[in-house]
Amino acid sequence: MMRCGRFHYHAPRTLRDACAMLQDAGSDGMLLAGGTDLVPNMKRRQQTPKVVISLRHVAGLRDAGPDGNRVRLGAMLTLSDLTAKEEVRARHTALFKAAAQVATPHLRNMGTLGGNLCLDTRCNYYDQNYEWRKAINFCMKKAGEICWVAPSSRRCWAISSTDTAPALIALGAEVALATRDGERTLGVADFCRDDGIQYLTRNPDEILTQVLLPIPAPGESSTYWKLRRRGSFDFPVLSVAAWIRRPPEGRVEAARLVLGSVASRPVIAEAAAGLVGTTLSEDVIEAVAEEASRLAKPLDNTDFSLGWRKKAARYLITGALRELRGDDPQTLGPLARRAAELAPVG
Amino acid sequence: MSSRIAALDLQVVGKPRRRVDARAKVTGQTRFADDLFLPRMLHCKLLRSPHPHARIRRIDARAAVTAPGVKLVLTGVDLPIPYGILPVSQDEHALCLNRVRFVGDPVAAVVAVDEQTACEALDGIRVDYEPLPTIADPEEALTTPQPRIQPYGDGNVHKKVALQFGEVDAAMASADRVFEDIFFYEGSTHLAIEQHAALAAVDPDGKLTLWSSTQTPHYVHRALSRVLGISPAHIRVIATPNGGGFGGKSDPFNHEIVVAKAAMLLGRPVKICLTREEVFYCHRGRHPVLMKLVTGVNGDGRIVAMDLQTLLDGGAYGSYGVASTFYTGALQTVTYEVPRYRFRGCRVFTNKPPCGPKRGHGTPQPRFAQEIQLDKIAVALGRDPAELRKSQLAKPHALTANYMRIGTMGLGECIDRVVAGSGWKNKHGKLRFGHGVGLACSSYLCGAGLPIYWNALPHSGVQLQLDRSGRVAAFCGATEIGQGSDDVLANLVAEVLGIDPFDIRLVSGDTDLGPVDLGSYSSRVTLMMGHAALQAAERARDLIAQAVSASLEVPASRLVFAGRRVFDAEAPARGVSFAEAVQRGEAMHGTLGTTGSYTPPESAAKYKGGGVGPSPAYSYSACVVEVQVQPETGWVEVEKIWIAHDIGRSLNPVLARGQVEGSVYMALGEALMEEMAYRRLPRHLSGVLVHKFPSLLEYKSPTTLEMPEVITYLVENPDEAGPLGAKEVGQGPLLPVMPAVANAVYDAVGVRVDEVPITPEKVLRALGDRESRRCGPKSFPFIVWPEPLKVAPPWEGGDGTAVNEKPRRRKEGVLMSPDVVQPGLAPHPSTPEAGQKTESSESSPEMPEVLR
Repeated sequence: MMRCGRFHYHAPRTLRDACAMLQDAGSDGMLLAGGTDLVPNMKRRQQTPKVVISLRHVAGLRDAGPDGNRVRLGAMLTLSDLTAKEEVRARHTALFKAAAQVATPHLRNMGTLGGNLCLDTRCNYYDQNYEWRKAINFCMKKAGEICWVAPSSRRCWAISSTDTAPALIALGAEVALATRDGERTLGVADFCRDDGIQYLTRNPDEILTQVLLPIPAPGESSTYWKLRRRGSFDFPVLSVAAWIRRPPEGRVEAARLVLGSVASRPVIAEAAAGLVGTTLSEDVIEAVAEEASRLAKPLDNTDFSLGWRKKAARYLITGALRELRGDDPQTLGPLARRAAELAPVG
Repeated sequence: MSSRIAALDLQVVGKPRRRVDARAKVTGQTRFADDLFLPRMLHCKLLRSPHPHARIRRIDARAAVTAPGVKLVLTGVDLPIPYGILPVSQDEHALCLNRVRFVGDPVAAVVAVDEQTACEALDGIRVDYEPLPTIADPEEALTTPQPRIQPYGDGNVHKKVALQFGEVDAAMASADRVFEDIFFYEGSTHLAIEQHAALAAVDPDGKLTLWSSTQTPHYVHRALSRVLGISPAHIRVIATPNGGGFGGKSDPFNHEIVVAKAAMLLGRPVKICLTREEVFYCHRGRHPVLMKLVTGVNGDGRIVAMDLQTLLDGGAYGSYGVASTFYTGALQTVTYEVPRYRFRGCRVFTNKPPCGPKRGHGTPQPRFAQEIQLDKIAVALGRDPAELRKSQLAKPHALTANYMRIGTMGLGECIDRVVAGSGWKNKHGKLRFGHGVGLACSSYLCGAGLPIYWNALPHSGVQLQLDRSGRVAAFCGATEIGQGSDDVLANLVAEVLGIDPFDIRLVSGDTDLGPVDLGSYSSRVTLMMGHAALQAAERARDLIAQAVSASLEVPASRLVFAGRRVFDAEAPARGVSFAEAVQRGEAMHGTLGTTGSYTPPESAAKYKGGGVGPSPAYSYSACVVEVQVQPETGWVEVEKIWIAHDIGRSLNPVLARGQVEGSVYMALGEALMEEMAYRRLPRHLSGVLVHKFPSLLEYKSPTTLEMPEVITYLVENPDEAGPLGAKEVGQGPLLPVMPAVANAVYDAVGVRVDEVPITPEKVLRALGDRESRRCGPKSFPFIVWPEPLKVAPPWEGGDGTAVNEKPRRRKEGVLMSPDVVQPGLAPHPSTPEAGQKTESSESSPEMPEVLR
């Protein structure tokens, strides 16, 4: 089998110790949550930390509970923990659907909420073992100089492939980041950056400890649609998270639309403003989907062909909005069933 | 037709049973090659080429050799003798001598105390390469004779074959309609869940043992003897249970030879387990094939002539490629009557991992073409596709135009079953837009009529040894690759001796302990090993019956072996237990042991190339696929599949159904998503040609969640050529599924996708092309074909020979090389033994400098 390089392993029991260890390790250190992303990446030498600090035994990071008008979710909650929570399923549909569609049951049993938010960006030229990357003389994301997806580009175009981040942005969530000196919070949208290499605004000494999720008011609903080849374990090649506030029988008062896997960060579609004040008629949905789908500028670094992914973006956005209007995804055709479908949970 | 065997009263055969190795498999106790550990075992890793095509100038392994924990570094010069599965393609070296031909070609091996140390030591080997231009696809290979990837063949053309059965051009000219289509079948890989692994050890007496996840221990045995230069009698190959093979473990592999050599040099066991990436580089999977199929039909759609051209992308080595090339033409004649037939095939070399046999070996590609074209013919002539096929089925018990001898032929019944089961008549052409059904048929071999190397010996042998305890041990070289060959062996022996399959001790896949069986390929095991098992068991039964007859004073002909007893058919109470019966046999005859063996009948195809295709029997399959296609996105959802398979007789229906469903699963992967795709970087920046995604995650293959409902019908019409009438089931049911999906997509949305995989983007492209309503290849390159060998079909006075063929003398191949006897450990590679034969196939004899 492929083997990781050699590294020191720390297993702190308190957040304070973890913060100290992380700061001490400096640029040699990396945090290990569920390990479902980091460990295979280490085997492929995409990441080569000399110090690995496990958060598994840190007290408090798997706690969850109400906090005023918000819910606090510990970053070390596994994705299975999350989908097993009835209140997540009932109230935060977009997050539930996103978490439930990450990888496979086995990986959700290990993978965590915080880990999924910090998921390394992905690219067909990067997600390869060391020998393969050596054959192409590497790429700028690791050990090389060029972006093979766009050789004239100065930046890295690896794709944000987290399922939970688009959902949490649509839901208006924040994250809490701790250091040895204290804690700060910021919106999930601000936690993400549009750069394939520096794809998070997290400082190197910060640990993501909590996700803070607003408790939805009456009339709020959300969903998450994921496009992938197989309903069983693929990363998203395109995803749509949508949230609206609309009183029964009334007009939309507020809306958020976020596209995942179209850039190095989740992309907020301003076109969602076009939903406000409407009753989500077919015309409105199609116009908004048309405009929002222009944000999808696929590159040839993931599954499916570019042109098709662009067409699919419009279709997916339309479908997600129809679902929020109240349409049954089951009636929207086989791809809709796939995209809105939940892999069996648990 | 086969009333004698059809009427047999069977106790074990045909009853759904738990397979004999099920308990071990489901409790995790099956020991695969990578589960084996021996005391003082070392671990091996291979350094692979990062270049798609390059000359090796220099290898500096000094840093690796001196690294702590490293025991040995091997390079090409240590294993200079070439090998290859086919005698005509001895073009591989265990480690590349002076040339690498694809990204992943192995260059050096490190053996160390553990895998981690071996991995790290790979970084200590510096290889100086001189990159060479690359060939990425067949059209490039045809037009770029230099630089040559292999020193044999013609430029970068590996092999051209041309065969003609009857005056095809004249028949085509007289046809009412001529249909001409071009199809492309993308390459795919086996994706066995178990990665290849091997462990070699030198026994205390100096003999070599190799445990390996191989489908063909006998051929590995031969290759080891050749490359290592030691007597085959001093080599033992044990095929461990394979975690899936599908053809991908049928070649002798470089890693097997490397660990064997290392174990000999070090006197310690050496193991290797490949990573998934490395398995992609071993490949030997489905050839990508471009096809031009021209078929002439009369007014009601009956075929009058067929003319097929195929162009195969072979990758960098020969492997089974010559056979694969012939297979793209050989079985086009066994499903429907084809009075005249021309086939021309061409295989080229490219700088990619070698292609070879994958489930269906060379036949799914032209089958895809033929079955889609028949659908087009049906549409053009306004005929029902099922009826069109049924009206011109190949005749049973007859020869085809290319001299394949068909036995029983259950395709008509297969079609009837799936047509009835699926409600075809109410669905085809009648479902609402976006919904459709498609039908296709196929046939496959029950074992190749000829072995890989020419010899006159049996293809399979079984030995039984019976003990006074009543224990029966069955020994056979056949290889359990998950398909259930052990169960077939136990099943047939138990049937004849009237005992339970679980009473039998099985020893299989071991070249020291069992008689030779050629291996688990070409769907040959049930038929060939089955006959050998029956013969051995019948001989044992006769010996026992003779003794029991004497002691019970009952004629042997009246004795029945059943329920672990041997008794008088006319007075069942009068009998003895099986163990007592064996004791009486042993008392009369001495220690009881019998053998059985099987050699296929001689083929009717006497022309050159006629060695590929003949089989003792052919299985048949028909399939209906129902799909939903979303016109906005081109998304194809396979909703349900009905498949009927003419198996002759099902020995264990549980296993047979498992093979059918497994075939459908693998077929859907090829139909909808699997692609051995390669990427060439921008030419002005790099000369690299790499596999696009050698990983289980990004190489898309369906999972259980993607599987639709599958309704399986086993059509049982015993064939005299099979053991108790049994035919194959491991490969045939894969074949009709891909074209049936394509035909269903047409029925749903009215467009043709004439290539696999049938992806949503291709469906959408076809929907968008208002003129052609099609997505697929548009042209077939011009190939200068040799004059075809001309063979008159049987109904035109032919005798199976070609009129324009020079007389050939079939040379008896070297079975093994028993003259090279070199017991014990070999000398260290730094002092190559004098007189060691080096048959380098390299074009340039210039060898790299090796420092270590």
